[in-house]
Amino acid sequence: MTTPAPIQFTPTHQMPAMLARAKDAVGVALVSLLLGIPMIGLHTVDQGGVLAVMTRWPWLLAFVVAMFVGRFVMQFALDHVKLNKAKRERKRPEVAARRPWLTWLGRALLGFAVVLPIAFSGNRYVVDTATTVLIYVMLGWGLNVVVGLAGLLDLGYVAFYAVGAYTYGLLSTHFGWGFWETLPVAGALTASFGILLGWPTLRLRGDYLAIVTLGFGEIIRLILVNWTDFSGGPNGVTSIPRPTFFGLPFSPSTDETTFSSFFHLDYSADHRVIFLYYVILALALLTNLFVSRLRKLPVGIAWEAVREDEVACKALGMNVTNIKLSAFAIGAMLGGFAGVFFAARQGFISPESFVFSESATILAIVVLGGMGSQLGVVFASVLLVLLPELGRDFSEYRMLLFGAAMILIMVWRPGGLIAHREPTVKLGRAPSPVPANQGAQA
Amino acid sequence: MTTMLEYSGVHAHYGAIHALRGVDLNVQKGEIVTLIGANGAGKSTLMMTLFGKPTASAGKIHFQGQDITRVPTHRISRQGIALVPEGRRIFARMTVLENLQMGSTFADPAHFDADLQRMFAMFPILEQRREQRAGTLSGGEQQMLAIGRALMGRPQLLLLDEPSLGLAPLYIKQVFKIIRELNEAHGMTILLVEQNAHHALRVAHRGYVLQHGEIVLTGTGEQLLASPEVRAAYLESSAEAHG
Ligand SMILES: Nc1ncnc2c1ncn2[C@@H]1O[C@H](COP(=O)(O)OP(=O)(O)O)[C@@H](O)[C@H]1O
Ligand SMILES: [Mg+2]
Repeated sequence: MTTPAPIQFTPTHQMPAMLARAKDAVGVALVSLLLGIPMIGLHTVDQGGVLAVMTRWPWLLAFVVAMFVGRFVMQFALDHVKLNKAKRERKRPEVAARRPWLTWLGRALLGFAVVLPIAFSGNRYVVDTATTVLIYVMLGWGLNVVVGLAGLLDLGYVAFYAVGAYTYGLLSTHFGWGFWETLPVAGALTASFGILLGWPTLRLRGDYLAIVTLGFGEIIRLILVNWTDFSGGPNGVTSIPRPTFFGLPFSPSTDETTFSSFFHLDYSADHRVIFLYYVILALALLTNLFVSRLRKLPVGIAWEAVREDEVACKALGMNVTNIKLSAFAIGAMLGGFAGVFFAARQGFISPESFVFSESATILAIVVLGGMGSQLGVVFASVLLVLLPELGRDFSEYRMLLFGAAMILIMVWRPGGLIAHREPTVKLGRAPSPVPANQGAQA
Repeated sequence: MTTMLEYSGVHAHYGAIHALRGVDLNVQKGEIVTLIGANGAGKSTLMMTLFGKPTASAGKIHFQGQDITRVPTHRISRQGIALVPEGRRIFARMTVLENLQMGSTFADPAHFDADLQRMFAMFPILEQRREQRAGTLSGGEQQMLAIGRALMGRPQLLLLDEPSLGLAPLYIKQVFKIIRELNEAHGMTILLVEQNAHHALRVAHRGYVLQHGEIVLTGTGEQLLASPEVRAAYLESSAEAHG
């Protein structure tokens, strides 16, 4: 009986690889030739006021040859890098080695985040930008549960952010609800929306799931745009109350006690900015703690198992439906919290803040950061918020730079900035072996 | 002897494809039963109907006297049935230890440590590699992990779908040694699907031959090994390859 050959990575086909590389290089050389004829082969020279077209074929030849050789060498080098990487992967004895420096990096970042408003007090712009970064960090951590851990590609995540924001916007303006009371309600509501989206998409995977979630995101946005009586339509919701410091508003001193009069401070608009920063920092840290804990619980490990192999999960007795729905619900809830904060910070929301490109940015943060990596999300958020800010000087080339930077990062680190996955269970010491036939029988 | 698993007149369809055509089969407690047949004969389908993937379109499946034909997929393993699926299907990006832990999801947590020791004793390589990503194990090691993961659920019936598929000869020997050991030392009841008829029939007490969704032959391992039909169809080429 013949059995199919094992599917293995065998880097033995040297000749075809060489041929393929040569073919590829010839293709590049041909394109260079076509482009090079007008750009290099022909040039104009000023001959006493008259423009004459001159040829320089040797230059063109050199250019084409250089392109051919360059391309060939590049392919060769790239293939070798890949091959060595694959070899290392297979040979490394402890692949899931611990990375203590990552933990330290995380702690250092946390310390920095805590002192940031003090270090940059008086620089409102920095604190404001840092607040934006933290909103994305929180959104990234929320989406990470769905995409990174459970492996469900969600392109409509911004819908939950919108539901959270509108929940606070409407409850506060119509019924006078405060920020802190709204949080749990918005969380429960967005979690229900998560289940609502999750239910019909349970059987879908990959591209199909992505398309349906994309549609879901658009539906929510279109409802917000068109149901004017409910959501204010394109004009959105305005004069949303800002969060207060345990009932003390951040406003110039009037008759009632304000934050500044209570603490005998001079009123400064910076107080609120700094307060908002600490609120989102606290929310983000809670999110991080919550997700890190969940990851180590059976439900969290099950998310990852479902991502790896659904059939195996079912055969092991796991209820894949519930596992997926829980990922959708928890991811949505975290997005909802971020939405509530967003509405409170802006004081104004409209459907324009919840367009598809937001979903795409959040997804980019998760992918760029390294699927499933919490620390990676932080770096990616910093990058994705700061790059466009720094790029302002380049005005219209801003997005071009942004795109190029993303492509470069993904080429450089295909697994994301932090591809390392921290194991959820560890054994401290090596367990002592027991003879095979001595164990109790199941 | 008590009957552990019984198929009576089981049919299964994939749309218009009639993959099982009235299969009768039983596995007694403490037995190793093997199911051999060519590629596409319906062996995997037979195993998966137990899990309702696909559900039997006619006929009944009983496990320990209970009708489990329409029990939802995720409840089957909790009855005490563990499957080592075709192609192993380990959780590649998770560690060896996490894979084993997933196997024990519905077992009593009190047994976890002892069971883990038992697995490590049976498969020392898994202990060495316990914090390694499962996807980086070799094919044979992955098969050990898949078996270990299934055993962590403390099953009463172990189903193995082509465990020797694609393995190096050394590992094939080891897989069959483990199957025998599980049965002899631990009294595990095993249903083994194999294309590697030579090895499978030698380790099994009884065997069934499946052809185009029908059982065409059954008997003890020795009887089938000696049967001219089996020799002609399933052993001639593999005997030289693996003998
Ligand atoms: N998911 C599926 N959808 C449609 N047809 C299938 C599916 N799985 C198996 N089949 C068909 O059912 C028959 C039996 O397949 P299978 O049980 O996998 O055979 P074996 O395990 O013996 O190689 C084959 O004809 C195969 O093409
Ligand atoms: Mg099969």
